[in-house]
Amino acid sequence: MTSSFYSKELLIPAFWSSLRKLDPRWQWRNPVMFTVWLGSIATTIVTTVEPTLFHIQLTAWLWFTVLFANFAEAIAEGRGKAQAAELRKLREVQSARRVQGDVIDAVAAADLVKGDTIVCEAGEIIAADGEVILGIATVDESAITGESAPVIRESGGDRCAVTGGTRVLSDRIFIRVTSEPGQSFVDRMISLIEGARRQRTPNEIALSILLTSLTLVFVFAVGTLPSFVNFGERSVPVVNWDRDRLDHASDAVGARRPEAQITTETDRSLVDTSLPVLIALFVCLIPTTIGGLLSAIGISGIDRLVRRNVLVTSGRAVEAAGDISVLLLDKTGTITLGNRMAVAFHPAPDVDEKTLAEAAQLSSLADETPEGRSVVVLAKERHGLRGRELHELDATFIPFTAQARMSGVDLGTRSLRKGAGEAIKAWVKSNGGAFPELVDQCTKSIAQSGGTPLVVADGAQVLGVIELKDVVKGGIRERFAQLRQMGIRTVMITGDNPLTAASIAAEAGVDDFMAEATPEDKLRRIRDEQAKGQLVAMTGDGTNDAPALAQADVGVAMNTGTQAAREAGNMVDLDSNPTKLIEIVEIGKQLLMTRGALTTFSIANDVAKYFAILPAMFGGLYALSGDGPLKSFDLMHLHSPQSAILSAVIFNALIIIALIPLALKGVAYRAAGAAVVLRRNLLIYGLGGLLVPFVGIKLIDLLLTLTQLG
Amino acid sequence: MKTDDVLELLLYLALLIGLAPFIGRYLAWVFQVERPLPGEKLMAGDTSRSMNWPQYLKALLLFHGIGFVVLMLLQMLQAKLPGNPQSLANVPFPLALNTAISFLTNTNWQAYSGEATMSYLTQMLGLGVQNFLSAATGMAVAAALVRGLGERPSRSSSGQVGVSPADSPCDRDGREPSLRPGRSFSGLGNFWRDVSRATIYVLLPLSILLSLVLVQQGVPQTFDVFASATTLEGSAQVIPLGPAASQIAIKQLGTNGGGFFGVNSAHPFENPTRLSNFLQCFAILALAAGFPFMFGRMTGHRRHGWCLFATMLVLLLTGLGAALWAEHQSNPSLGVLTMLEGKETRFGIADSALWATATTAASNGSVNAMHDSLMPLSGLVALVNMLLGEIIFGGVGSGLYGMIMFVVLTVFLAGLMVGRTPEYLGKRIEAREVICAAVAVILPSLVVLIGTALSVLSEAGRASLTNAGPHAFSEALYAWASAANNNGSAFGGLNANTPFYNYGLSFAMLVGRFGVIVPTLMLAGRMAQKRIAEPGPGTFPTDGGLFIVLLLGVILIVGGLTFLPALTLGPIVEHMLMNNGRTF
Repeated sequence: MTSSFYSKELLIPAFWSSLRKLDPRWQWRNPVMFTVWLGSIATTIVTTVEPTLFHIQLTAWLWFTVLFANFAEAIAEGRGKAQAAELRKLREVQSARRVQGDVIDAVAAADLVKGDTIVCEAGEIIAADGEVILGIATVDESAITGESAPVIRESGGDRCAVTGGTRVLSDRIFIRVTSEPGQSFVDRMISLIEGARRQRTPNEIALSILLTSLTLVFVFAVGTLPSFVNFGERSVPVVNWDRDRLDHASDAVGARRPEAQITTETDRSLVDTSLPVLIALFVCLIPTTIGGLLSAIGISGIDRLVRRNVLVTSGRAVEAAGDISVLLLDKTGTITLGNRMAVAFHPAPDVDEKTLAEAAQLSSLADETPEGRSVVVLAKERHGLRGRELHELDATFIPFTAQARMSGVDLGTRSLRKGAGEAIKAWVKSNGGAFPELVDQCTKSIAQSGGTPLVVADGAQVLGVIELKDVVKGGIRERFAQLRQMGIRTVMITGDNPLTAASIAAEAGVDDFMAEATPEDKLRRIRDEQAKGQLVAMTGDGTNDAPALAQADVGVAMNTGTQAAREAGNMVDLDSNPTKLIEIVEIGKQLLMTRGALTTFSIANDVAKYFAILPAMFGGLYALSGDGPLKSFDLMHLHSPQSAILSAVIFNALIIIALIPLALKGVAYRAAGAAVVLRRNLLIYGLGGLLVPFVGIKLIDLLLTLTQLG
Repeated sequence: MKTDDVLELLLYLALLIGLAPFIGRYLAWVFQVERPLPGEKLMAGDTSRSMNWPQYLKALLLFHGIGFVVLMLLQMLQAKLPGNPQSLANVPFPLALNTAISFLTNTNWQAYSGEATMSYLTQMLGLGVQNFLSAATGMAVAAALVRGLGERPSRSSSGQVGVSPADSPCDRDGREPSLRPGRSFSGLGNFWRDVSRATIYVLLPLSILLSLVLVQQGVPQTFDVFASATTLEGSAQVIPLGPAASQIAIKQLGTNGGGFFGVNSAHPFENPTRLSNFLQCFAILALAAGFPFMFGRMTGHRRHGWCLFATMLVLLLTGLGAALWAEHQSNPSLGVLTMLEGKETRFGIADSALWATATTAASNGSVNAMHDSLMPLSGLVALVNMLLGEIIFGGVGSGLYGMIMFVVLTVFLAGLMVGRTPEYLGKRIEAREVICAAVAVILPSLVVLIGTALSVLSEAGRASLTNAGPHAFSEALYAWASAANNNGSAFGGLNANTPFYNYGLSFAMLVGRFGVIVPTLMLAGRMAQKRIAEPGPGTFPTDGGLFIVLLLGVILIVGGLTFLPALTLGPIVEHMLMNNGRTF
C-alpha cells in the first residue's frame, strides 16, 4: 500500500499543488501553519538583508515546513482525486430520452430535473439517479460497485433504485428522476472526495481550537523572551570569577566572596535572540506536526471508506461512526446466513439415524429450496450418502404446497414425505400409522430452542425429525466480542418470534435483540437509545427502513436498496454487505485516534526541542568563560548553537513528511477496551514523542557537522 | 532534617489526607441539601430558583459590584469613619483600587502594610468581610460547575424517553427550572443560596473555631490603640495591635492570605507559636483539599474525586520535596549550611519550606518566610505552583474548577486517542467546551507573560525591582504570577505600591479571576444540558492511575512548557549561578 502513496501520478501533481497552496488565502484556513507561513516570510526578509549561511538554511527549512504540510494535504487530496476521476466518468452521459406524456424527446442529461421521467433501453447509460417506475431490467453497476455481475432493477419493491452512470444491459425501464442536476449521488460523492466541499467535522474543529490556543500561548512565550533575556543581561555586569579560588571557597565555611574581575562587555553572539532564532524556536514549539497533517487525516478518512466501497455523504458521519455505541443489525444476511439449514437428524424410536438421513435426502433431492439443499448436504456429511439423480430412481417429486404443508417424493411403492409436525401427523394417520410420542416431544423441544422441526415419514411410519436452524455466520461471534471490547453493544433485529430470536441471539453472542420488529419498532428503539446518550448505527435497505436510517447517527443504506433508503442514510455500501458496518466503525475510530496520537506526539516533541534550542540561545548567558551555566542543559551535546537550532527546525520539518503515511493510513487499530488502547497509544506516541526527537535532532546535527553546514 | 520536623511533616500530610474526605462530605451536604437552611435567605428572598449560567454569572457580578463599591468607599473615607484609633489617612485611589480588586478576587495581594495603612474598620468591615465573601464565591462557582457536570437533563427515573435535545427541560423554552424535588432542572443552582451557605455553614464556624485557638495561642484581638513601650535601651517603641485573630483565621481558611500585619504570618502576633504555625499552615489546604471529594460525592464519581485529589497530592509532594531539599542545601559562595535569613527562625526551615509550598499550591499567599529569601529552587517551586494556575488544591473552590479545566483538556486528548468523541463523566466534550477550558487555562498565562515583559521593558516596571540579574527577574515574574493566578503572596523585594504595579496587577487579578470564572460557568451551563451516556468499555476511564499520569502530563506540558524559558532565565539560572558561586 505504501507504494501507492508515492506513485509518480500522485507525487507530481501534489508537488505543484503544494506550491499553489502557499497562497495566503489557503494558508489562513489553518492557523497553526499560517503562523509558520508568516514566520517564513519574516525570515526571508531578514535573510535578504543578512544573507548568512545560517539564515539561508533556516529560511529554506521554514519554507519546507510549510510546503511539507501543503504536500501532505495535496497527497491526500490527490488520492481522492484519482477516485473522483473514476466516478466522474459516470457523468459522461450526454443525453437522455425524456418521456412527456406520449412524447419521447432527447434532452441533455444536465437539463433533467427532479420529477422528470426518462426511458432507458439495453445498452444505454442511465442519465440520472432515479426510481424505476415501470419495467424490469438487468443493470451493470460495476462502474460504481466494482461488482461485475449485473443486478436486477424493477419497479416497486426494494430494488427500484438506479444510479446515474450505470448501464442497462437488457430490457427497458422507465425511470423517475429523483435528483436535481449536479446534486446526484455521484456528484456529492465527487465533491466530498476531492475535498472541495469538505467541511470540518466537530472533533476536528475542537482540536484545531486547542492547537490554535497552544500556538497563541507560544506566540507570547517566545515573543516576550528577548525582553527577559535583555533584562538579565542589562541588569548585571558580566563577571569573570577566578575559578580556582571559587572552588576553594565553597569548602571553607564563612569564606568571603572571591574577588571578581568585572567586565562590562557582553559577547552578544553568545546570547542570540535575533528574529530568525526566535521564529525557529516558535515554529519548533507550536504543534506543526499535527497542524500540518490535520486536513490530510480528515481527507484520508473519507478516502479509506471509499476504498472499501462505502460512499459517504458527509465527513461528519465518518467521525460519528467512531463514536457508535449501539449497532442495530438485521439478522438475515448479517448475523446468519440467508436461510435456515439442516443441522441434525433426530430419528424416531427404533429407527436407525442413517435410515432417517437417507429418507430425508431422498425426499429433498428435488427440493431446490435452500432448506432442501441443506438436508442433502447434511446427509452427505454425516452419513456419506451421495446425492443421486432423481430420474435414476424413477421418482415422482411432490412439491410443497401451502395446503398440504409438506413435500416429498414417491419412489415406486415408497412415498416419503417431510413437513411440519401437524401436517405429517395427519398424513401418517391417514395411512393408518401412529405418531410416536417421543417425536412429538422432539419437535416441541426443537421449536422451543428456536429451530424449525421437519418430520419425515415413510408411508405410515414416522422416521424422525430433521432439525433446521438459522446458521450463524462463521466468525461473527468473535466479531461481536471485539465490538463489546470496543464498548459497542450489538442489537439483532429480526422478524422472528421472540423464542427463535433469543436462541439465535445467544448463539451469535449479540447483546440484545428485537423480535418481531416492525419499522416503527426500529425507529422507536433508535430514539430510546439516543435518549440515553448512545450513538446508534444501523443498516437498512427497504423504503420502510428510511425513517430509522435517517434517525440513526450513522445510517448505512445498501446499494441494492431503494432510493428512499439511500437518500435517508448518510452512507451507502456499494457491496451491500451489512457486516461492513463494523469496518466503518473501525475507520471512524482510527480517524480520531490518528488525530489524538499525532497531537500527543507533536506536543511531547517540544521537550526535546527545548533542550536543543534553549541552551543554544542562552548558553552564553552569564558566561564566566566560554559557556554559561545554562549550557549544561545541552543534553544532546550539539555541535554549535546554530547547528542545534537548525537541527531542531529540520527535524520539525522532516517529521511531517515522515508521518504522512501514518496520517493517510491511520494508526494501527486493534479492537480493545479504551484503557488498553490509550495505554498503548500513550506509550508509542507519548513516550515515543518524548524520545524520538532527541535521537533525530542529534543525528541531523551530526550530519550538519559532517557536511559543515551547521 | 530534624526528627521533629519530619514528624511534623508526616502529621501534616496524614491530617490532610485523613480529613479531606470528611471535609468533602460536609461540603457536599452543604451544597446539596434541598431544604432551605436557616440564614440562607439573608441575601435574596427566593433561593430555591435554580439559575442558568448567565443568571448565575449576573448574580455573581452584581455581588462583586456592590462589594467593590463598599470596599472603595471604606478605604477612601476611612479617615472620617469610626474604628480608626490610629487616625490613619484615606487610602489613595490607585492603592485603594488595587486593594479592592485584590480582596474581591480572593487574591489578597497587598501593596501596603496593614498596620500602617488600613483602619480597624476597613480591615474588619471591608477586607475581613471580603475574605469571607470572595472565598464563598469561589466555592459557589465550584458547586455550580459540579452541578453542571453531574446534571442529568432528562432524568431516567422519570421514565422519560425519546427526548430530543430541543425538548429537554432547560431554559430555552422559557420555563423556569426549579430546585423543588419531583421536577427535573438543568440549572447550576442558586448563587445567593450557595454563597450564603458557604459563608454561614462552612467558613464562619471554622473561622470562629480557629480564631479562638489563635487567641489562646496569643494572637491579639482588640480594638485598642497600638501599645507603646520603652525598650531596655530606653528608646520608644510602638507595637501594632488590632482585631487580628478573626482576620487571620479566615485568611487561611478562605485561601485569602492577606495579612493583618505587613509581614503576614512571619509577624509574631500573627503567628506566635509552633502550634499556631501548624494550624494556620493546615488551614491553608484543608478546605481546598475537601473539594475533590465534594465533587466525587455530588456527581457520584467518587473514584474520580480521589483521582483528582491524588493528582493534586502528587504535585504538592513533588514541590514540597524539592523545596525541602533545596532549603537544606548550602550556598557554596557563603559556605553556610542552611540559609536562615528571611526564614522562620523560630520554628525552623522545614516549616518555612512547607508553608511556602502550601501557600503557593493553594492560592493563599500568606507567608511565614520571605519568598525572596528562599533558595532559588524553592523559589522555583513557589513560582511553578502558581504558574500552573493554582490547581494544586488551589483556592477554595477555584482550585477545583481550575483543575477541571485541565481535566477537560486531558479528557479531550485521551478521548481522541481511544477513538471516540471525548466524554467527561458521560458528557461529550465539543468545540465550545474546548474553547472554555483553553481560555480558562491560557488567559492567566498570557497576562503573566505580557505583564512580566512590560515590567522588565518599562522604566516604571524596572524601578520597583530591588535586586539584579535573575533574582530581579524572578521578582517581576513572581508578582505577575501571583496576581494573575490570584495567589497574592509577594516575593518581597518588589516595591508594589506604584501606579504601574497597582494598575497593572489589578488588571491581572481581574483577568485571573473572571477570565476563569466566566468560561467555567459557561462550561458548566453547557454541560448541564448534555445527556449523560452510560460508560462502557469504550469510554476512557477517568478513575485510574493512567488517568492521573495523563492529567499530570497535560498539566506539566501545557502549563510548564509555556513558562520553561522564563523559569530558565529566573530561578533555574540563579540556582546554577549560585552553585558556581554567584548570588544576586
